[in-house]
Amino acid sequence: MGGTIETLVNREYQYGFVTDIEAETIPRGLDENTVRLISAKKGEPKWLLDWRLKAFARWNTMQEPHWSNVKYPAIDYQDVIYYSAPKPQKALGSLDEVDPKLREMYGKLGISLSEQKRMNNVAVDVVMDSVSVGTSFKAELSKLGIIFCSFGEAVREHPELVQKYLGSVVPHSDNFFAALNSAVFSDGSFVYVPKGVRCPMELSTYFRINAEGTGQFERTLIIADEGAYVSYLEGCTAPKRDTNQLHAAVVELIALKDATIKYSTVQNWYAGDEKGEGGIYNFVTKRGKCAGENAKISWTQVETGSAITWKYPSVILQGDNSVGEFYSVAVVNNHQQADTGTKMIHIGRNTRSTIVSKGISAGQGNNSYRGQVKVLPKAAHARNYTQCDSMLIGNRCGAHTFPYIEVQNNSATLEHEASTSKIGEDQIFYLTQRGISKENAVSMIVAGFCKDVFKELPMEFALEAQQLLGITLEGSVG
Amino acid sequence: MLEIKDLHAKVGDRDILRGISLDVAPGEVHAIMGPNGSGKSTLAQVLAGNPAYEVTGGSVTYQGIDLLALQPEERAQQGVFLAFQYPIEIPGVSNAYFLRSAFNSIRAARGQEEVDPLEFLDYMEKKLELVDMDVEMLSRSVNMGFSGGEKKRNEILQMAVLEPKIALLDETDSGLDIDALRIVANGVNALKRPDNATIVVTHYQRLLNYIVPDYVHVLAHGKIVKSGDKSLALELEAKGYDWLVEPQGALA
Repeated sequence: MGGTIETLVNREYQYGFVTDIEAETIPRGLDENTVRLISAKKGEPKWLLDWRLKAFARWNTMQEPHWSNVKYPAIDYQDVIYYSAPKPQKALGSLDEVDPKLREMYGKLGISLSEQKRMNNVAVDVVMDSVSVGTSFKAELSKLGIIFCSFGEAVREHPELVQKYLGSVVPHSDNFFAALNSAVFSDGSFVYVPKGVRCPMELSTYFRINAEGTGQFERTLIIADEGAYVSYLEGCTAPKRDTNQLHAAVVELIALKDATIKYSTVQNWYAGDEKGEGGIYNFVTKRGKCAGENAKISWTQVETGSAITWKYPSVILQGDNSVGEFYSVAVVNNHQQADTGTKMIHIGRNTRSTIVSKGISAGQGNNSYRGQVKVLPKAAHARNYTQCDSMLIGNRCGAHTFPYIEVQNNSATLEHEASTSKIGEDQIFYLTQRGISKENAVSMIVAGFCKDVFKELPMEFALEAQQLLGITLEGSVG
Repeated sequence: MLEIKDLHAKVGDRDILRGISLDVAPGEVHAIMGPNGSGKSTLAQVLAGNPAYEVTGGSVTYQGIDLLALQPEERAQQGVFLAFQYPIEIPGVSNAYFLRSAFNSIRAARGQEEVDPLEFLDYMEKKLELVDMDVEMLSRSVNMGFSGGEKKRNEILQMAVLEPKIALLDETDSGLDIDALRIVANGVNALKRPDNATIVVTHYQRLLNYIVPDYVHVLAHGKIVKSGDKSLALELEAKGYDWLVEPQGALA
């Protein structure tokens, strides 16, 4: 009877297929020549190569961090392929020219690359392994002066913007994984929204790891100029493989005066099987800077995938009256481990931040919230509200909370609320007694638990996230 | 429509039901009374299929089928409804969404089309009147922050929406003031039809002034020790349970 909830989970990961596509891959291993080779393949200017080399030199002196609450065997960084790109690499006139096999793959993922069947009011940039495959709605966006393209293209077409902002929020020396990314990143997305422009559609990047043994190291840079608004969504999947794959991305957001950036993630990398074999190691550095007054940066994340998630989307609240938000749902099942949270650094006056974190642990999963709220001496009247809730499904999983608070200005107001609950057999019985199936009862309870976060997601993705949660938790109830 | 034969059940290592037999026909109202710990609530939970209780013997036939072989949701889909003594809170799930999901799940199981949110709202209007509830209650999370009376009315609202064939009311009167009691009882009476039946589990006779039973059964130590008509309830009110209940030691 203890298993009534437990018997519900474990539907197969439906994105676990491999696409047989010819790729250009460089040999395994990493040294200075690898960095030069990647830069050469991308035809990069010298300043960027120099930046990469500086990062690589720095990385060589750094140690992999082990302060997080996750356990994994040592990673052999010489056994990773640092660059793999689908061939051919000719310039595409439009997304309709994309390799049919690639198109088919994205079709299976529910993303149409065809200009005719494109997603309603969502512009998509797709990145497979290391390379951007194509971007939709480009022409419409450029009429408004919005730049939405692959990182590589931004380096070629808008070097002044890239050079000005690259590394301005996450320096190349920031941390071990960020330094690694800075040395070997291959592509990613770039967004620039000019002064006073409200981006009329969701911008979205879909990341897919396909090739075996490759790491994915993409870099996203989003700049909202004064008074601009942009909402951006990131989705990710990977094939099922029995070896672990490394994903070390960097995302930098810059919101100038009166600008707003809303960044939403639905992360569904392959999580490994029920025994804990395989899955993605997701070591990601995400940070935004509210550089001007009244700027706002809002992170929303739904983390259901990856064997290991190590991720702390943060906001530097530099401008006076700027606002930072972090809404997170993190789900672990089977042997998944997540150590995720945020940092809110209050520098400017009257800066405000909100943190809402919902952790769900099932199976033998281990979920940790790690958050830091720092109020610096000049941040008069800073405010923070933090709410951290954990839900346990079954009795073999774990939930941990590590809040760090540092206040150097006594006019600041900080509130922290935390709770831990178990999904109750009594709740399930109540719902099933009304004719609702066990599976639906569990997803209803979990969706209710996550409601405060889901309501922050753009509509289409809120539904997707809710379904994803149902799939991730199926069979985990116990 | 419901035949209970020599039903035994336990929770953990404790035997609670020790041989209950009871027949319920369509159109009837049965009251199950008895002192605390006699097994009244357990009987209701077991009939609804609460997995915390283990049936150790006997049978329950409902409309010709083996009720005990069905999952809780299947029983609900077949028209078995339990009004909970302690309704459960579901944070973040709106009452409207919960009610519509339940309604549609039962419809789907019966091969009927689901209704959309707008149609459902129309349907709800009359049901809300029945228990004197404001439409605002639909947008609140299920039972969250509800007063004791609101929770019980919400149970009867669910009953009104799902229109069960057999309703089990588990101590529905507990914690209700007289006005709320009247509203709840009126709701139950309005839902009475010749083809459905009600089993009212209660400690006090009070509720039976409003919901008039055809039969009254007294439960003690997991067995029915006396059955009668509604006058038995009045007799219990006057004399208490002691004259019917043997000391526990005699059974052990």
